[in-house]
Amino acid sequence: MQKRLFNIEGNDPVARDTFRLVLRTDGPVAVRSGQFVDIAVPGFYLRRPISVSDCLPDGVVLYYKVVGEGTRAMAAMQPGACLELLSPLGSGFHPEKCRESALLIGGGLGAAPLYLLARELLAQGKAATAVLGFNKADEICLAEELRALGIPVHIATMDGSVGTKGFVTDAIAGVRPAFDRFYTCGPLPMMKAVCAALDAPGEVSLEERMGCGAGFCYGCSVQTQGGPRRVCADGPVFDKEEVLW
Amino acid sequence: MVTDKNLSVSLCGLTMKNPVVPASGTFGFGLELADAMDLDVLGGISLKGTTREARFGNPTPRIAECTAGMINSVGLQNPGIGVLVADKAPALRRIYGGVIIANISGYSVEEYAYNCAQADACPAIDLLEVNVSCPNVHGGGMAFGTDAQSAAAVTKAVKAVTHKPVFIKLSPNVTDIVSIARACEDAGADGITLVNTFLGMRIDIRKRKPVIANKMGGFSGPAVFPVALRMVWQVAHACAIPVMGCGGVRRAEDVVEMMMAGATAVQVGAENLRNPQACPEIVAALPALMDELGIDSLQDIIGIV
Repeated sequence: MQKRLFNIEGNDPVARDTFRLVLRTDGPVAVRSGQFVDIAVPGFYLRRPISVSDCLPDGVVLYYKVVGEGTRAMAAMQPGACLELLSPLGSGFHPEKCRESALLIGGGLGAAPLYLLARELLAQGKAATAVLGFNKADEICLAEELRALGIPVHIATMDGSVGTKGFVTDAIAGVRPAFDRFYTCGPLPMMKAVCAALDAPGEVSLEERMGCGAGFCYGCSVQTQGGPRRVCADGPVFDKEEVLW
Repeated sequence: MVTDKNLSVSLCGLTMKNPVVPASGTFGFGLELADAMDLDVLGGISLKGTTREARFGNPTPRIAECTAGMINSVGLQNPGIGVLVADKAPALRRIYGGVIIANISGYSVEEYAYNCAQADACPAIDLLEVNVSCPNVHGGGMAFGTDAQSAAAVTKAVKAVTHKPVFIKLSPNVTDIVSIARACEDAGADGITLVNTFLGMRIDIRKRKPVIANKMGGFSGPAVFPVALRMVWQVAHACAIPVMGCGGVRRAEDVVEMMMAGATAVQVGAENLRNPQACPEIVAALPALMDELGIDSLQDIIGIV
């Protein structure tokens, strides 16, 4: 974990209430998929933990949704402004545990970390299929970026405006992709349904309100099969068997 | 760079290389931050509060952001006193040369005494800090630290089982903190740490329910600094035993201010959560600040106001 200054290169709306934030710094950046950064937002006491969607040689790409005062302030940040980040934080996904092909399942902004994961899987010579769920068409993000990597992307929307009408589990049942391991990030009920529906080994990325973000305040602990775990430091990625739904 | 300043302070016979101590609960067991900094720049480390049995603590959300501070309701998640003395404290001792402070909690006078006896037998631990903000399960659930007699009873019981210096960490959620500090001093306390967090609450107005799962929690951060400073000043002038000041400290200026109010050592709490480098940065900033203020030795300014 390092405390570093980054410059805002871009901070643009890409879907309803959803922004893509590109940050650059003055040296090499190394982040694995599933890890996150903790951003000091001027005027707010605690940092904002945001998962990393892509790692650039000297920067990171993040997606965030405006859900409260802090993210509203982030949406008003201008290119050129400087932000202080703690990075990288948390455990990551384990693409190396996938044998041949992976299924990536994202709900809403949960699609964000799956982009870097897809890149890592492809770099290891493995195949990937993505299934992304959204409420409505205007929330869809990252689908084109994932397709640009050359992997199949299937969409499920609750209102049926794009792709399969219903949940990601409905889309998976329709597509019947071949995979030996799955990775999921999104709302807890979605991940619970995914883990119940799929027999293959899987990894889930949990979310919890955090204090320090770096494993020493114990503010984001959850009970797991293996005992108490800190989402920020022991996670946010856990094997599906560890999670007590 | 100013290098001729004396930052060391003497606390109950222990020499601290500087007065800066991460507060209990905001720095884990120190081990969690060993890769992020050189721990040896810290005067002391107050470890995560420990009970007899392992505890998971409260349900999440445990954290609520506030203007100029935060509420926590971690609920004393800890692995139990056995793990502290057998594993955590010795592991920290191997990598850290400063003052190691065990923070002890309990739900009965007997539990406090048991935990302190265990900590007394652990050579890695230099000083005991007894958190009397826990509810007394045999006394109607009121916190030990909100009643002078209960606080004194805990103090007496733990002093009977240890030769290590004992600091009682007081809750600010009381009518008259001086009377409680005096009762602890009369019962044999070697020092007072003050203050713990202020009971607070936030409500999510969109969900129409408390932000914290446990409804209430402890408020800390820069907003409480003037209140904590006032209490440190009152207690330091009413008691002969040393005080560790705590509450809203975020920079070297606050450390000097707490010391002028009467603190011998100064704890940094919530600030660590927003900036894990807060303590080393404060230590690094002290010499230049002392130069600017005409201070040669921090020991000289304790209680000068």
